[in-house]
Amino acid sequence: MHSICFQATGVPGSNYIFDSCSPALAISKPINLRFCGLRKEAFGFSGLTHSSSGRVRFSSRGHSKKVSASAESNGSPPKSFDYDLIIIGAGVGGHGAALHAVEKGLKTAIIEGDVVGGTCVNRGCVPSKALLAVSGKMRELQSEHHMKALGLQVSAAGYDRQGVADHANNLALKIRSNLTNSMKALGVDILTGVGTIVGPQKVKYGKVGFPDNIVTAKNIIIATGSVPFVPKGIEVDGKTVITSDHALKLESVPDWIAIVGSGYIGLEFSDVYTALGSEVTFIEALDQLMPGFDPEIGKLAQRVLINPRKIDYHTGVFATKITPAKDGKPVIIELIDAKTKEPKDTLEVDSALIATGRAPFTNGLGLENVNVVTQRGFVPVDERMRVIDTNGNLVPHLYCIGDANGKMMLAHAASAQGISVVEQVTGRDHVLNHLSIPAACFTHPEISMVGLTEPQAREKAQKEGFEVGVAKTSFKANTKALAENEGEGLAKLIYRPDSGEILGVHIFGLHAADLIHEASNAIALGTRIQDIKFAVHAHPTLSEVLDELFKSAKVKAAASSHGPVSEPVAV
Amino acid sequence: MPALSSTMIEGKIVSWVKSEGDVLSKGESVVVVESDKADMDVETFYDGILAAIVVGEGETAPVGAAIGILAETEDEIAEAKAKAASKSGASTPSAPPPAPAPAAAATPAPPKSTPAPAAPTVAEGPRKTVATPYAKKLAKQHKVDIESVVGTGPYGRITPEDIEAAAGLSPSKKNVGLAVVVETKPAAPAKAPAASAAPSSLPPPVPGSTVVPFTAMQAAVSKNMVESLSVPTFRVGYPVTTDALDALYEKVKPKGVTMTALLAKAAAMALAQHPVVNSSCKDGKSFTYNSNINIAVAVAINGGLITPVLQDADKLDLYLLSQKWKELVEKARAKQLQPQEYNSGTFTLSNLGMFGVDRFDAILPPGQGAIMAVGASKPTVVADADGFFSVKNKMLVNVTADHRIIYGADLAAFLQTFSKIVENPESLTL
Repeated sequence: MHSICFQATGVPGSNYIFDSCSPALAISKPINLRFCGLRKEAFGFSGLTHSSSGRVRFSSRGHSKKVSASAESNGSPPKSFDYDLIIIGAGVGGHGAALHAVEKGLKTAIIEGDVVGGTCVNRGCVPSKALLAVSGKMRELQSEHHMKALGLQVSAAGYDRQGVADHANNLALKIRSNLTNSMKALGVDILTGVGTIVGPQKVKYGKVGFPDNIVTAKNIIIATGSVPFVPKGIEVDGKTVITSDHALKLESVPDWIAIVGSGYIGLEFSDVYTALGSEVTFIEALDQLMPGFDPEIGKLAQRVLINPRKIDYHTGVFATKITPAKDGKPVIIELIDAKTKEPKDTLEVDSALIATGRAPFTNGLGLENVNVVTQRGFVPVDERMRVIDTNGNLVPHLYCIGDANGKMMLAHAASAQGISVVEQVTGRDHVLNHLSIPAACFTHPEISMVGLTEPQAREKAQKEGFEVGVAKTSFKANTKALAENEGEGLAKLIYRPDSGEILGVHIFGLHAADLIHEASNAIALGTRIQDIKFAVHAHPTLSEVLDELFKSAKVKAAASSHGPVSEPVAV
Repeated sequence: MPALSSTMIEGKIVSWVKSEGDVLSKGESVVVVESDKADMDVETFYDGILAAIVVGEGETAPVGAAIGILAETEDEIAEAKAKAASKSGASTPSAPPPAPAPAAAATPAPPKSTPAPAAPTVAEGPRKTVATPYAKKLAKQHKVDIESVVGTGPYGRITPEDIEAAAGLSPSKKNVGLAVVVETKPAAPAKAPAASAAPSSLPPPVPGSTVVPFTAMQAAVSKNMVESLSVPTFRVGYPVTTDALDALYEKVKPKGVTMTALLAKAAAMALAQHPVVNSSCKDGKSFTYNSNINIAVAVAINGGLITPVLQDADKLDLYLLSQKWKELVEKARAKQLQPQEYNSGTFTLSNLGMFGVDRFDAILPPGQGAIMAVGASKPTVVADADGFFSVKNKMLVNVTADHRIIYGADLAAFLQTFSKIVENPESLTL
């Protein structure tokens, strides 16, 4: 849920021409199999190859502008369906799939039981980034010492809570209407109501209190997303004990808030609250704060984002019971040791935010009608997002993308998975390489990553028998970062010295969330360090941090003999 | 906490390389400290066992503060740990650990059974101490025992302001800034007047004046000067005839010898004969005799003052000393002095003669026994015992010393020796 959100600002007209050289298509292999991001060596290619000079080739099979479905592979006559594709859930995943489906000429419907945009637009990425933008500016303005170093004086920066909340809310509404309009404009039918699968290729939907409608579709994608997970024993009252859904409305700024969970949701909220003047206490079940990050980045992040701020923490503990504030008493949190389960401490705070992860929203989907059983709520799928039933067989024509399948709970992963599914149903096999999907945490400074962490890479290296190389650069060496007086930061590259393959990149620093894409693109396209280090970066920009990183890697393999991707253009 | 740069006044511990109980040998990296430029590995100069860590990872401490205690033998570890606990003050509450647990369990009960007391009461006896995260950080930083602070925040919790009041600090400006929110919180108006009350005790600024805050170096100097107020000092002056020294200077000047080097060497040689003047009083109850004679010489660099140290000044010959001095001055100007090179002084020399100053009193730097202030050498009319006049170059030397260890007679004797060396300077060139 924390990523650069998929934003559509309105595609003009409904006659979306299917262009053979559209940049929306990626490079394809002559064997009609597109594996995004796997090394070319897997296909016997030595480096990037193109059959023609720079122009992208695509496979000509399987694309049709016709509304009716193409012939089934098993030879049975095509039934007539109401739609080629029905998507249950109009969140980011569903929206991404819908847009791509229309581009491929599929007649598409999307069912939404609540608000278009789902979590990301209404209760996630969008409002949280609005709040983080405010907190970033607030932090800068209040950092007298930072301002003074630049020669600036700012007197008493303050904020109006309602104004901040309105900014987040208005943004969510705006993006929601953009999404709705973009789908309407493309001719996607937006069906309102809760969608349920009643049988193979058949869905019913309807609003509560109204009769249900039944629609049929050749393929169905489940994209129902997730909701904040609240562990047992925690009583949420929406005012003093809240989840991210409530927090993003910013109805109040407590003096002291306890945040249960120190993953990126908890971390981002600590950034917002401390910038607005609150004090924060983290409650983390594992022994390390920020367990999901590369440990070196996590340590640096702790030094910069936690230690100097008005934040303390308790690790290795569970919050077994949280009682909302009432009768003049504060919120009471009872902590037990995570391993021994012995009572450890009791906290008294003004507010508690539950950020212990998200649970899939799959109840009432009617999965039992197609013999599918969820695992801890998640819909089981294979690497192609195809749903698997209780017997381990693939359910034909049924896919599940996004948070509901639990593979990678990020907005852009959901839409990438959606696009992958649409590719498959329009005749081109596609397997999404999740290692090429970046993730970001929008604290100040930002944290971003793609690929493996150092421990994961070393584990893989030991199993497969290769060496791991690690290169690091500091933002202190970057002119632009120093000009902004934001030299605090680190970029880390984990790679294979024998082949030049990038295994993972982690960045902590100004604009890390934007900078990571050079690395994620490289991983997706299989670009190797010895080739990418010749790419030129504008000076002075923050991207030179990555340039330094690539240049400092010690790769033993030679640069690819085919040179850069496109032919040199004389300027 | 080592000073990793000349501008550093406090440092942050990045990580402890060694843990409590580890055996350390001289030269091993013990801890990683963050300076304003980079993270540096800090080595130990002594063998021993890391008995206790006083400042933990992520915490800050001022330069010179103890960050860890090294025990020479295993037996001393317990003693070292106790020392560490007493230094950090707040961490080990006097009440045994089981006490807070039943107290916590008891707290939900009393509010129900006693209807009378209002909710935001001041912390009462058996009640668990609740302190906000920032309050805890401040308590550790300012060595305030958090258990002894009375909480005035909501529900009786200890707020950062309570800690600041306990530590005797004026409330930080931050509170005033955030109180300027459009939405009125009940606590905010109360905080604002309290915060503004503190600065009003200072005299109003003279119109037309500008306020320039201290740089790190200036703050360090100011801190040292204020610290010196706690040392009982006295001053002894002595007129030294420098004709012979001046003649020698003319001779050795072309070889790169400076007056500073000559005076430093003379002082060092005198100190060799009067070790008590080279000692210092570190704890108020003992003499710390230094085995080396390291003469720190005060140098003014733009905007600041630094004292590069000529180590073993008595052992090096004049030419070597001058060369070293030149290197040190260059490094000082480039702000590249290593901590060893400016905080290892055992005696300080300060010379304002180049301005024409005839005599002045220097302030004793903390950690040293004496400082010598040297004026200009001026031709002076002197009368001898027989009533004959002559003109001699006289330089007024004034030494400030710590009377806990150096007594009047010691200092006078030292000055007499110094004067003899300066008046017979052939020994300087040996």
